[in-house]
Order: sequence, then C-alpha cells, then structure tokens
Amino acid sequence: MAQNVLVIGEMVGGALAPTSKELLGAASRIAEGGTVAIALLGTGAQASAAEAFTFGATQALTSGDATYDVFRSDQWLPAAEAAIAQASATVVLIAQSMVGRDLGPRLAFRNGSSAAMDCSRLEMVGGKLQVTRPAYGGNALATYEFASALAVITVRAKTQEALDATAGATGATSELPGPGEARTDVVSREASASEGLQIQDAPIVVSGGRGLGDPEGFRLVEALAAAFGSERAAVGSSRAACDLGWYPPSQQVGLTGKVVSPDLYVAVGISGASQHMAGCSGAKAIVAINKDREANIFKSAKFGIVGDYKLVLPALIEALKQAR
Amino acid sequence: MHLVICAKQIPDPETPPSAFKIDSNAVVPAAGISPVLSPFDAQAAEAALRLKESAGDTKVTVISMGKESAQAAIKQVLAMGADEGVLLNDDAFEGGDSYTTAKVLAAAIRKLGDVDAVFCGRQAADWDMGQVGLGIAEDLGWPCAIVAKDVQLDGSALVVQRVLTDGFETVKEPLPAVVTVSNELGDPRYPKLQQIMQAAKKTVTTWGTGDLGLDASGVGAAGSKLKLVGLAQPQSGGAVQIIEGETPEEQAQGLVQALRDARII
Repeated sequence: MAQNVLVIGEMVGGALAPTSKELLGAASRIAEGGTVAIALLGTGAQASAAEAFTFGATQALTSGDATYDVFRSDQWLPAAEAAIAQASATVVLIAQSMVGRDLGPRLAFRNGSSAAMDCSRLEMVGGKLQVTRPAYGGNALATYEFASALAVITVRAKTQEALDATAGATGATSELPGPGEARTDVVSREASASEGLQIQDAPIVVSGGRGLGDPEGFRLVEALAAAFGSERAAVGSSRAACDLGWYPPSQQVGLTGKVVSPDLYVAVGISGASQHMAGCSGAKAIVAINKDREANIFKSAKFGIVGDYKLVLPALIEALKQAR
Repeated sequence: MHLVICAKQIPDPETPPSAFKIDSNAVVPAAGISPVLSPFDAQAAEAALRLKESAGDTKVTVISMGKESAQAAIKQVLAMGADEGVLLNDDAFEGGDSYTTAKVLAAAIRKLGDVDAVFCGRQAADWDMGQVGLGIAEDLGWPCAIVAKDVQLDGSALVVQRVLTDGFETVKEPLPAVVTVSNELGDPRYPKLQQIMQAAKKTVTTWGTGDLGLDASGVGAAGSKLKLVGLAQPQSGGAVQIIEGETPEEQAQGLVQALRDARII
C-alpha cells in the first residue's frame, strides 16, 4: 500500500544532517509509490531542500525563519503539524535526536496514539508497516504495527542506508508558516568542549568504563586512541564512567548517549551491559580488553584480551607504533 | 506547592542477560529477582524532593500505574520523603502503550487538582520509550522540559538545565509544568530505616477507571494503537577470539596482527 512519508529534517550548520539523508533512504524504501516529503525549518532550509531532492525527497516543505534555528517544541510542533497536513502524510519519520525525542511523542499524542521510538528497522510486510526497536536495555527486540491513521516513528542514527545522491534531482517546494510564541524560554546554551573528530564520525572508537578504576585510566585510553591516529580514532565512555564524573557526558556511548558504528570499537574496562551495547553493537568489530573473562562484553566481541589494561594498553600502544 | 512524582515498577534492569527470558511476546519475570522502581523515576523523585527542600511548604505526591505489587515502588518514594501515594490499579489499564498510560496519569493529576509540577523519569528502563512525561504534558496542556539534570524554582517558573547531544541548555518554563529527569541529576537519596518504617505504615489510595472518570475502552490494550506483534531476543555474534600470550606484549602484538589479518587496521 502506498504511504505518504514525511521526514522531519534537521540541519547541521545550515546543511542537511546525515541522519536526515538516512531517513530519506528509509522513507523511499517504505513509501511504495507514495510521496517522500521533507520538512526543513531554519536557516539553510532552501539549500538543504535542494540537497534533499538528490537523496530521494519528492516534496519539500520549508521555512527559512532563523527563529527555528534553536529547537523549541512549542514552535516546531505547529510547523510539523502543518507539514503533515500539506504532505497528506500517513507516516512521519524523525531522527532519535533531541528533536525526535521531544517532537515524536507529541505529534503522536496529538493524533491519539503513541510513537514508536528509537527504531532500528522499518519494513513493509504484506502491505503493512512494521517497525522494530530495542527494548529492555537492548535485551529484547520489539516489533510493532500501527492501528492509528498516522504512524510516528523516531529512528536510531546509522541504522538506515541513505540513497546514492542523484545529481540534478528536483521536487515540489512549498512554504511552512513562521514560528509562533513559545511558552518555554531558552535562557542559555553551552556546547560541550569536544573539538576535532566526533565519536559518531570516527572510524575507530576507544572507550573506557568503570573497570578503569579511576579517571586517570582515561589518559591511557586517550593515548591508545592517539596511537591509532588522532584523525581516525575518538574516545568514548560508558554511562557508568560518565556518572562517576570520569568523562564528559558528551562522549557517552549507549542507549541514553550516542550511537556509534565504527569499523573498530575498543572497549576497555567495560562490562558490556546491554544499555552500553545498544550504542556500539553496530560496530563492524569489537575488541574487548577486560580482566574478567566472564564479562558480558566478550559475548559481543570479535577479539578479546583478558588482562589488566594498565599493562595491556601501554604494550598495545607500543605494538601499534611498531606496526606503522 | 504541590509536586507529583510518576513512578513505575519494572523488572530489574540489572538482571543478567543470561536470566532474561521471553515467552509469548512477554518478558518472563526472572526467578529470585524482585521488580524495582525504574532508576530514572528514582532520579525524578530526587529532583522533586530537592525542590521541596529548597521551596518549603510543599506537598509531594507519588503516583504509579500498576498492579498491587507496584505498592513497593510507591513505598520506596514515600520513604525517600514523598508525603502521599496513589496507586492507579485497574484491569482495564493493562496492556496499554505510552499514550494510554499518559492518559491515565494525566487523569489522576487532574483529580489531585492543585498540582504545580510533575516529575517523570526520562524513560522507563524497561521499554525505553521516553514518551509518558510528554504525553501527560500534552494531555494537560502544560509545557514539558525533557532530559533534565537540574531543576530549580524561580518564582512561578521552573529553571531546568537539560542535557543535549552536545552540551547543555537552560530553559525556563512557567508553572504548571512537566519535567523528565535524566541520570545526570546524580544519585537519588537512600532512605533511612526509620523513613522506611514510616512509609510502610502510610495508606496508599487506589483509584481505578471509575474514580478517574475514564472509559475502559479508551485505556489499556483497548485504547492503544501501537500494537506489539513480536518480542524476541537479539542474536548474539559469533564466538570471541581470545588473544592469548605469556606477557601483555605478546597479547598486544597478537591483537595488532589479528586486526591486520582481518583488514580492520
């Protein structure tokens, strides 16, 4: 059955976000002859719409009003509702970002239903849309169907393939209303200091956990990342280590942190709680370094070293230097 | 002021994966592992109780939708320092989704009448949806700030510090309002033995559909439109290759060689 799918797009520095391209890919696969629309709000909306057409959008609904640059759900919500109406959407896809976490449930509730949050698989099964998402901290995979007229779905980053860009593709464009009043006032914003390579983009991620024993252990973890090459490797952390104040929350990998899917994920002193694995299970290969052979992390790892990281990491750093 | 904490009892999220079992699209309670208060809800309670201490002259009510066993979660929040407890228990509530759950909780908050702020965990640590706080806010027509790490009172508004993907944001929302609380708030307080004994003596009010003026057809499984059609355990990957060695140096060299052979580095 044809579905009209609407993607609530996001922009990074005025350009179309990678997650939006992934959502357009997913939308194209489930539309089955329906339209693929994208809503874009804020500075750069027009230029991003042009880019979205090359990634599978057939229709773009935009407002370039700079007030939209800072996400406030009171302002984005009416615009998203207008976009749903203009696109005659039966399915709405949003990234599981700070936008999706807020907007997804609200859009669904306003249409008398729940959203399906943080989905990792979307497929048409016998003409019906089925979505699958991790639950119970990743211990279970739950699959849902929708009995509502509108299906609102938030999608985990890096679980959907973007289409290859089709140069010169175009589509229909229409205007969304400008922002209204917001009840909630954004008083201030501070970006956490993570310069250089971001963990979501790094081909290699080296993460430390509670098993490091102390925050100083992260110096060794950072040194290992540097030995892989600072242009390729970034440092992550488990939630336990972040909660202990050993590493900034911006580097947290897991269900409530960031989702990474590098070529190589090195977990040092991480037990492998399903909460954490939900953030790194997309890695092509996991290396576990842990002194406890029974740790859960070894169940998901391709390679493992059982030993004291304080001895193993310096040796590994040296071995990587020699191998260069 | 009157603050409400929404608390959910869930299977212990620390249940080892080996004890985690699924049967007929439902989680089988692990033998010998008691259900617990969802950890994010304990942090929501902590946020509300901190506000009670700083604001003074504040009543805190904990509400939970669940079966009789959810009394334990309510008693835990009462022991932490909440004043009153309400259990929302009705067979009609069972099998619902986030939407129907939020509807029931919002109806209870409306019945309480004079509520200024509602505190929820950012998500229940079983289904991990993170929708109910927002749903309550939508139902009541109140603003909602999600993923909070700090909540302060400023006159007739809440000043909420929120955790973003790459930093923090401070927002000010006028009361009445909803806040969902994240683990960055810090550890919840641990009740003293005397508080636990006092909480055990407190009477918890129970409300059902009739008390809340809800139609049974609009709540629970009957009212939910997100239909669970499958629940399965994910396949784990292949067997791990443990890199052996007499010394850390041998292990390290073995790993680098293995990664090169697999063309990973």
